[in-house]
Amino acid sequence: MDHVIRAEGVSKTFGRTRALDGLDLTVTAGQVHGFLGPNGAGKSTTIRILLGLLRKDSGTVRVLGGHPWRDAVELHRRLAYVPGDVNLWPNLTGGEAIDLLTDLRLGGSGRRGRAARRAADRRRRDELVERFQLDPTKRCSTYSKGNRQKVALVAGLAADVELYLLDEPTSGLDPLMETVFQDVVREVCAGGATVLLSSHILAEAEALCDAVSIIRDGRVVETGTLAELRHLTRTRLAATTSTPVTGLDHTPGVHGLTLGDDRRTVEVEVEPEHLGAVVQHLAGHGVLSLTSTPPTLEELFLRHYGDELAELAGNGNGNGNHPTGTKKDAR
Amino acid sequence: MTTTAPAHPGQGGALTTLTGARRLTRLALRRDRVVLPVWIGSIAALAWAVVASYQGTVTTAAERVATATFSAGNPLARVFDGPASGTELGAMALVEGWKIIAILTALMASQAVVRHTRQDEETGRAELLGSAVVGRHARLVAALVVASAASVAVGVATAVAIAAPSGLGWSGAWATGMAATGTGLVFAGIAAVAAQVLSTARGANAVAGGALGVAFLLRAVGDVTGTVRADGVYVDSSWPSWLSPYGWGQQVRPYAEDNWWIAVLFVGLALALVVVAFRLADRRDVGLGMVPPRRGPAYAGASLATPFGLAWRLQRGVLGVWAVGLTVFGAVFGSVGDSVETYVAENESAREMLAVLLPGAEIVDLYYALTMAIIGLAAGGYVVQALLRMRAEEVSGRVEPLLANAVGRHRWLAGHVVIVAAGAAVTLLASGVAAALSYGAASGDLATGLGLVSAAAVQLPATAALGGFVVAAFGLVPRWAGPVTWFALAAALVMSQLGKLFELPPWLLDVSPFTHVPLVPAEPFTATPVLWLTTAALALGAVGFTAFRSRDLAIGA
Repeated sequence: MDHVIRAEGVSKTFGRTRALDGLDLTVTAGQVHGFLGPNGAGKSTTIRILLGLLRKDSGTVRVLGGHPWRDAVELHRRLAYVPGDVNLWPNLTGGEAIDLLTDLRLGGSGRRGRAARRAADRRRRDELVERFQLDPTKRCSTYSKGNRQKVALVAGLAADVELYLLDEPTSGLDPLMETVFQDVVREVCAGGATVLLSSHILAEAEALCDAVSIIRDGRVVETGTLAELRHLTRTRLAATTSTPVTGLDHTPGVHGLTLGDDRRTVEVEVEPEHLGAVVQHLAGHGVLSLTSTPPTLEELFLRHYGDELAELAGNGNGNGNHPTGTKKDAR
Repeated sequence: MTTTAPAHPGQGGALTTLTGARRLTRLALRRDRVVLPVWIGSIAALAWAVVASYQGTVTTAAERVATATFSAGNPLARVFDGPASGTELGAMALVEGWKIIAILTALMASQAVVRHTRQDEETGRAELLGSAVVGRHARLVAALVVASAASVAVGVATAVAIAAPSGLGWSGAWATGMAATGTGLVFAGIAAVAAQVLSTARGANAVAGGALGVAFLLRAVGDVTGTVRADGVYVDSSWPSWLSPYGWGQQVRPYAEDNWWIAVLFVGLALALVVVAFRLADRRDVGLGMVPPRRGPAYAGASLATPFGLAWRLQRGVLGVWAVGLTVFGAVFGSVGDSVETYVAENESAREMLAVLLPGAEIVDLYYALTMAIIGLAAGGYVVQALLRMRAEEVSGRVEPLLANAVGRHRWLAGHVVIVAAGAAVTLLASGVAAALSYGAASGDLATGLGLVSAAAVQLPATAALGGFVVAAFGLVPRWAGPVTWFALAAALVMSQLGKLFELPPWLLDVSPFTHVPLVPAEPFTATPVLWLTTAALALGAVGFTAFRSRDLAIGA
């Protein structure tokens, strides 16, 4: 019931571009909340409004109970931000940039508290530098994209805060480091922190997130826990049976049925509310093996963007079931 | 190493390294389609204005002789304008007008080269292009072609602007155009070398600007130590003027001698610099400079980890360069002060003329007041450049992680503003003290010298007012902050140096903070303008702080 982030009806325009169009977003304490959408959907704009770097045109926003624009500095002590595209000071070393960003957060807290927190942050920072295999003595100008991203990750994740805002934090990371990143995020969550993870890498979100919000054209079109969302989508069943399967093609809620030549191997997609009936039907034919695959996040996601894919594929009839009608970059 | 490595234009071999140069040239012209015409048009317009105002003010033969005698005999005119070249109207106008033509052309050409070479590498655009079918030298060639074409255009436009409306004759106008083009070519070459050696566009531009300062200084020394001919209207510069490409332009002596052979010096030096640049380009990697990157500390010191500490780290390099540069400037001008004094003491007519200019003033005082007016404008250049660093940081996205941290906007802004304000004060004082000491050393009169530091200190409020303007522009119109503030500085320069000549209306001159600075120590110090300037600086700064607090941060590129 504890809302760490609560945004209602937030709009933001840049000139003639409407970046956010009545966005609602609620993130509950202790969640890893995936914020999913393709490039240009408004993810970064939202996060920058949450940070008080951009000013919303309308709507209400609360972060950690505070006002992101007015209380920016106070709130920023309690949160950490990892941008997806990091530009660093070319003549500072990576280690200096990390320390700068972590130490800035401690400014203003009492001298003694600061020393203790700095020591704690430094230990954590050294550990993360090690785990992300970053060389902190190199100048930022000589880092590759992935290494610049590691600097931002270490600086953000070394902080001991209540909320982490991660904006496509793993762009440019190799798969090994992606694993390290996921471990670290799980650790901070185990400590009770909340994470808003903006991403377009669905596997990453699927591995980490408790809940997701899918954004399209500046508004959230789907939100909920992964379990809730899965419930909205078909489950894929694959079964082998002892007797040939009949009658399944007329059963309600069944899609994409494929039968083997002997009608004893079945692959089928089933709407959630008919899952029980279909399983019972199969049981009548003597089930030898049965695998059930829950819908991937990708499938959830594509429900909202399927029309665009269809358009890209050139057969323009895919008017999907998403609430917004037209897409700004539709050609 | 292959034998064709030092490929450069005009040499048939190694065509592969030039593949794509034509396309890149078109791209560069497309990107500069506004900037370069504005530069070219402004330079030509200023050349026209100088000639026209001379035609309007110096009409009779007697006036021409008097004016030429004054600028030949007066060391101040020799330092700031150049060597007098007789009584031809065109010659006199272009002695005074050359500084605008030369400085602006040099800046235009060097910045164009840096823009299409090092700046592209810094932003990663060069990498993208380098992976396409583009030869290794194509970018440098394209940049040089564009800068050279712009320099030629300046030459033609200036010649036309001088000769067509005035009817002064074409040969001197073409000679001036040649000198302008030559200056542009040489500084394009200097920028080409600097862009190879330094790893940032800012650094490369600073080196080219520094080279311009050295060139100005060399010829100032050469001209002030030159000899006046028997006719009293013609100065033969001494050898330091011949070391400076800026000085060569003056030695062309348009409308007096039209020394076309000096084109050989310009072209020769420009070609030599270009060859050096291509040789350097062969020895380095895209994106890197010549100086290999060193490792640094793994941890930040305590002094870095505050907004102020970071601002100091970012600002100290620029401050160091300007402080050293202006200190050297002050020292050189100070050391010349004594010979100015000696000359005037021996020369009856010069004394009379100065008495008309500012009755009751000591010559050395006036000299200092005018010198420090220039140093004040230069300090204004520092202030504009250093404060615009804030905009560069913002646009490159490096402010975002700070403001997403526990750093308030005012605190971040204040870090830079305080450093730049203190930096301007230190720079002006260092320059004033250097001038005073070197004057004292040359004349043996250290007491008078030290008294002259006030001439430098009094520039600070005007510089601060310009700084306030930059902060206000940064807060209110961030996208236009760069062009608007550089234009303001250029306008202040023109008003200060040519305002009287152009007979600009007083209300217009009043817009520039630098026209309000009392000519201390030639005039008595007056508090009123200083107070007004300080108030303006604070008010403009407050506007900037307030506006920055309530605007969106520029995000990404």
